[in-house]
Amino acid sequence: MSEQAQAVGTPPTVPNAQPELFQLGAALLAGVVFGVGLALAQMTDPNKVLAFLDVTGGAWDASLLFVLGGAAGLSFATFWWLRTRSAPLLDVRFHFPTLTAIDRRLVLGSILFGIGWGLAGYCPGPAIASISLGNGELWWFLPSLVLGAWWARRASK
Amino acid sequence: MVHFTPLSALAGGLLIGTGATLLLGLNGRIAGVSGVLGGLMPPVGGWRTQAWRVAFLLGLVLGAGAWVAMVGAHPLPRTGFPIAVLVVSGLLVGYGTGISGGCTSGHGVCGLARLSVRSLVAVALFLGTAIITTGVARHVLRIIP
Repeated sequence: MSEQAQAVGTPPTVPNAQPELFQLGAALLAGVVFGVGLALAQMTDPNKVLAFLDVTGGAWDASLLFVLGGAAGLSFATFWWLRTRSAPLLDVRFHFPTLTAIDRRLVLGSILFGIGWGLAGYCPGPAIASISLGNGELWWFLPSLVLGAWWARRASK
Repeated sequence: MVHFTPLSALAGGLLIGTGATLLLGLNGRIAGVSGVLGGLMPPVGGWRTQAWRVAFLLGLVLGAGAWVAMVGAHPLPRTGFPIAVLVVSGLLVGYGTGISGGCTSGHGVCGLARLSVRSLVAVALFLGTAIITTGVARHVLRIIP
């Protein structure tokens, strides 16, 4: 990793040695900010998520639209700006997704995810962030999530 | 007991976007939680190169926990929800996001921000399916409260 970085020209903010350590700190910081956002938006409350998904229930809560709108809207602007740069601060290149195909895996996977999300009101981010909130449901949900994800990885090989 | 909270939702959304911006701008990585988690199964290239994934997920836990501990304005955890539904839901969420390559953060926040058509299709499908599922499970089958 460090040899590769020096070969291409190390970003100036990481003069030498252990870029992994800087990346660890950066990932932790990004996660903390992201996690505060999830809790502030109450996405860590599955009842609130279900109140958004339950459009026919008579007490529709549109808050989630504002969460998604704020997050995607801000990211649209910052990502657009970042893409004008040649590399991130702490790595030699951006790791953008390369898949573009709209195939069976994308369609089937999205539908299955939707069913799971609609049943209990948890998607992966809020479920993991909620570990710190003393939520007993996660003892059932999270191991199942990990098992399902592991299964998907295994099936794709 | 559920209320429309547009301001905290928007503020939270902006923070989520800020987190995604930090991860992309600093590490060049997409803040899609299912993708970050999936990359640990197994950690290709060894733990040293994949440890940032653990750091990001740990950050999610610490950030949410610190916010609720300091501000305290968070609803109490849900109780009495059917365990079988939680297990089935977890399996579907894990498997579905695994094969479709993203969840609400990866396809939703970051994918839409990148104007990815693939992510737009995914979001339309999982959002539509989730709305139908909640309606049916709650009002027709009555398997969830």
